[in-house]
Amino acid sequence: MALPEETPYAGAPRRGGVRVDLVVVSEMVKPGSRVLDVGAGDGALLELLATTRDCDARGIELSREGVNGAVARGLAVIQGDADVDLAHYPDDSFDYVILSQTLQATRRPRWVLEQMLRIGRRAIVSFPNFGHWRSRLDLLVNGRMPVTENMPFRWYETPNIHFCTIRDFVALVEELDAKMERAVALDSSGHRVRFNMPWWVWNLLGEQAVFLLSRKG
Amino acid sequence: MTSFSPPDASAPQAEDAVETRARQEADDPHSPVARFGPSKPLRLDAGVLLPDLQIAYQTYGEPNAARTNAVLVCHALTGDQHAASLNPVTGKPGWWETMVGPGRPIDTDRFYVICANVLGGCMGTTGPSSTNPATGAPYGLDMPLVTIRDMVNAQAMLLDHLGIEKLLCVAGGSMGGMQVLQWAASYPERVFSALPVATAARHSAQNIAFHEVGRQAVMADPDWRGGHYLAEGVMPYRGLAVARMAAHITYMSDQALHRKFGRRLQDRAMPTFGFDADFQVESYLRHQGESFVQRFDANSYLYVTRAMDYFDLAADYDGVLANAFKGSKTRFCLASFTSDWLFPTDETRTIVHALNASGASVSFAEIESDKGHDAFLLDEPELFAIAHGFLDSAARAFGLPPARGR
Repeated sequence: MALPEETPYAGAPRRGGVRVDLVVVSEMVKPGSRVLDVGAGDGALLELLATTRDCDARGIELSREGVNGAVARGLAVIQGDADVDLAHYPDDSFDYVILSQTLQATRRPRWVLEQMLRIGRRAIVSFPNFGHWRSRLDLLVNGRMPVTENMPFRWYETPNIHFCTIRDFVALVEELDAKMERAVALDSSGHRVRFNMPWWVWNLLGEQAVFLLSRKG
Repeated sequence: MTSFSPPDASAPQAEDAVETRARQEADDPHSPVARFGPSKPLRLDAGVLLPDLQIAYQTYGEPNAARTNAVLVCHALTGDQHAASLNPVTGKPGWWETMVGPGRPIDTDRFYVICANVLGGCMGTTGPSSTNPATGAPYGLDMPLVTIRDMVNAQAMLLDHLGIEKLLCVAGGSMGGMQVLQWAASYPERVFSALPVATAARHSAQNIAFHEVGRQAVMADPDWRGGHYLAEGVMPYRGLAVARMAAHITYMSDQALHRKFGRRLQDRAMPTFGFDADFQVESYLRHQGESFVQRFDANSYLYVTRAMDYFDLAADYDGVLANAFKGSKTRFCLASFTSDWLFPTDETRTIVHALNASGASVSFAEIESDKGHDAFLLDEPELFAIAHGFLDSAARAFGLPPARGR
């Protein structure tokens, strides 16, 4: 589910050479777990999970270049479409199903989330927050769809067809009756927004959000 | 396989030499042979025992001390054991030298590569052109029908003979890919990793139909003699050549044919208003047909195409393909090609979905190519990169030392 090469993450905040949002995601994964990364891109997160968390990490990726590169590096990635292919995985076949910076590019985000919570005991979702103050300001002041480092495409060429805000996502999680185990918002320099702040502050200051979800009961 | 060269009016003597060599290979091949004798018959899916099984094979590279670096390569319909060595009949290089060799993805500096002629073949493994020890004459149609599973069971006997308990990898394209899938289903504990390329878990109705056209062409040739042509000293050349011509079209894409030949005329400025090979593409196909009949046995063509037709892996597992791979620890890597309409990507995707459903570890890449089904035999750098990465990662996970610096 591919974020094309010339995207966002070239200038994204990094820690030890690795994108901070990927580090935050990987830290939510218990070592030795079975992980499915939906929208695996070039396999950066899979590699991180395999090397730092000793995971059995597998991926699905839409773009041929992404897949071929990842497989050539020895990673278990299949070319496929999350909007279709998740249906073929049995219940509870992974400890974690991860959707990293991909939710907004799916055709059926709600269905994808449901599938993730069916296939995995836990789901980890990270996405760019459309409710960030700069996006709001762009719309308010310029009257234009925002174009930022995390959302670098103009409206007519973006693969991101389902943007949401942190508040929107929280509402969907409640609708799906999933449990929110952890939530992290990162500001534009990759620092965590303090967790004791209310949602509306997160929604303003968080440029990216990472959620760890599980099924209730 | 598809490089263009015009049909040459090669001397009949030279042709005879090729045919004579081909006939010799059937019983007494230019490669190692494992003979199993009457005490170790192969039980065939057809419900009969095949005694005196003979398997002709080639090996490349050296086994390590623990014999854990073996890679089995499975050949396609008209391939043979000479994957990476000069073919003794045609004098041409091996059919998978792009993939197998020193420093190649299936690296013979690192792995012990085994490739056997399939059961039913004509290059030294028991098939319809082999001498039936019971009669002293070629089997012909007395040879029982064989299946992909029979081929794999025969290869398993060869591995026992070679002292290989577990394979690092089984790799192959097309019918070779079918054998890879059958290996993973029948002997999951013997297959650490599997690399099926441009293949399917069942032969489609369209593909069975193409095969039937080919078989009917062979059997319609009066020189087929009800399958007894070897005993009667003739060969159904014309029928087999037509079968090969028709099949060859299915191995290429429309785009590739256009790129190679377009509507160009063959050594002439104008159409002749006759039925000569006016077009280059006709001339090319005739050449493919003619050179094929010199090296391949017509009855073998019937048997091996039939084995592919019968292949339907899910059917052996209550119609559920995922059950064929239930609990499999094998690592899979599948590849297909965008312009392959004989084994289209959807067939591979069906296998991938079944493997996902069974919880197996799987990689799958669709490779952009306009070369059609033949792409798996040709220069496809993406295929090489994928195969190399997959095998290297499998080798490390299997406990082999890393590749020496290249």
